[in-house]
Amino acid sequence: MAEITYREALKRALREEMTRDPNVVIWGEDIVAYGGGGAYGVTAGLAKEFPGRVRDVPIAEEAIVGVGLGAAMGGIRPVCELMTINFALVAWDQIVNHVAKQHHMFNRQIQAPMVIRSPAGWGRTASTHSQTFENWLASIPGLKVVYPSTPYDAKGLLKASIRDNDPVFFIEHLALYGTKGEVPDEEYVLPIGVSEVKRPGRHLTVVTWGRMLVETMKAARTLEVEGIELEVIDLRTLRPLDLAPALESIRKTNRAIVVEEGFRTVGLGAEIAASIQEMAFNDLDAPIARVAGLEVPMPYARNLERATIPFAEDVIAAVRRMMEKKY
Amino acid sequence: MDRDKLVSLYRQMLLIRVFEDKSAEMYARAKIGGFLHLYNGQEAIAVGALSALRPDDDLVTHYRDHGYALARGISARAVMAELFGRETGTTGGRGGSMHLADVSKRFWGGYAIVGGHLPLAAGLAYAAQHHKTGRVVFCVMGDGSTNIGTFHAALNWAQLWRLPVIFTVENNQYAMGTVIDNHSAVTEIYRKACAYDMHAEQVDGNDVLAVHEAVCRLAERARNGEGPALLEAVTFRHRGHSMADADVQRPRSQVAEWKERDPIPAFAEVLLERKLATPQDLEQIARDVEAEVEDAVAFADASAEPARETLYEGIYAEAVSNMQIDGSLIGPPTLGPMIIKNGMGRHG
Repeated sequence: MAEITYREALKRALREEMTRDPNVVIWGEDIVAYGGGGAYGVTAGLAKEFPGRVRDVPIAEEAIVGVGLGAAMGGIRPVCELMTINFALVAWDQIVNHVAKQHHMFNRQIQAPMVIRSPAGWGRTASTHSQTFENWLASIPGLKVVYPSTPYDAKGLLKASIRDNDPVFFIEHLALYGTKGEVPDEEYVLPIGVSEVKRPGRHLTVVTWGRMLVETMKAARTLEVEGIELEVIDLRTLRPLDLAPALESIRKTNRAIVVEEGFRTVGLGAEIAASIQEMAFNDLDAPIARVAGLEVPMPYARNLERATIPFAEDVIAAVRRMMEKKY
Repeated sequence: MDRDKLVSLYRQMLLIRVFEDKSAEMYARAKIGGFLHLYNGQEAIAVGALSALRPDDDLVTHYRDHGYALARGISARAVMAELFGRETGTTGGRGGSMHLADVSKRFWGGYAIVGGHLPLAAGLAYAAQHHKTGRVVFCVMGDGSTNIGTFHAALNWAQLWRLPVIFTVENNQYAMGTVIDNHSAVTEIYRKACAYDMHAEQVDGNDVLAVHEAVCRLAERARNGEGPALLEAVTFRHRGHSMADADVQRPRSQVAEWKERDPIPAFAEVLLERKLATPQDLEQIARDVEAEVEDAVAFADASAEPARETLYEGIYAEAVSNMQIDGSLIGPPTLGPMIIKNGMGRHG
């Protein structure tokens, strides 16, 4: 088993699915010519391997999603790439009013088997290019929302998303593209809607997803030295939401923290915390804590940008507060 | 077209007119709720266009869609039942008036976000091109749609990839209540196609034969790989934008003038002049369509509302377990009958 990057894992998933199914096509802004394979390089080389099936398209996100949806209705399996998740706002009508509603509103006559891939993230890109909208996306019936945190999950879940008969919004993260992890050479597909214990522990349950999994694992390694064991749950899919492993974990640890990169107010963490207390109130010895991004439009300045984003140290601080009963 | 086909065009237009008048009556009697956009005055476009297409060509429409559904051969019963919100309707009471559909007849639906369906039509045309089916996509919108971003994004993309799609604008000269001079910098809508180097034509939307011929031409072009087209059909609504519109903003004289150009009596004149039908034939058709619409109302009224326990069906292609859907982590949301407590759904 070789260590490969998250980016390479995504590309392998795309290659395998395009080889398996001639109806899979990839459309996106600057995914062929620019820089030899896209702004973030995920599709590099695929256009040559699959002539005519990987195409640069106009910068018109409402059309990328809408034309993709029409193609999906007609039997194509499009993977539509939005260069960053910020640009999904331009396509919001298509995502919410059309993609997510087709199957139900037309009483099961129309399926929309399409994937919308898009990275969240930041990097001195200021407020319009440093956002994440998984809480909005996860609130839409009809849509599935997948957000892998490791190369292994990225590959298995992208393959599942392409094969799924429902529309999947597949969120990636700029800071994850270069991260490495073990990915088997043999083919595998992971189920959508199943969360996973990424690290077992006795003292405190952390529920998280996406890049914050990486920061939480860093925090767990630091705290282990002090004798505090975190049990880390990676949601992997945000809709449908599988909280069963988290509830099982809390039965053992009796404490929970939700860690997310997005805003705290009306964040997905609020939904998760509310659901946990509804279903596991008697298992809890402490209020559920939230670690989240600060609620300001992302500033450009390096120090201010860093101040708004949660890192491992924020997770560590939240864990210490809880272990010291400072709540 | 032979005599029978020509007479059938008249019958379809009259069926739509009688159906729409009856819908207005049912709306007033609260059998129909929400938004109801009637097609009175514009019947020649749907009937002329669909008679020019193959039955397996794809159809995507705006929300003023009753005429297209009927002209595609969907029964008046199924359409009226949908307006009533009944399980026997075209989408089992899910979509209502604005979202009629019958995919078995390749009618992919009426869409209610202005211009939102144009990219979908381009996408269906891509599927036809990819699979080399020879199908053409017919996509219809109102004049108000031609100002929104998706109009320009979809036309650009369709021309860029030479997709087999006919974008048809029913220019009834008002975007809801705003007259075209106040909503579009270019009032001859077909001229907008030049921005994308797309073939475009303008046609009298009240002349069913002129529409038929135009769509025949454009469909042949698209089928031959010559790419998309923009067709502007100039017409006028006899009623307000929807049943909620008191229609005070359009000058009475303009409405009266266009009612003089009603496409249905005009086509009756053609049939009589060419001796393709007698006055008795036309009277018989009128009696037949009246009976068909009365039967549709009786059918709709007798049909059941969709069952409460089907509420979650079809949100996903395969049922999924989601605590956010029904508060349960166990099993898919359609496992058992719903028990309603304080407005919250729980499986019993």
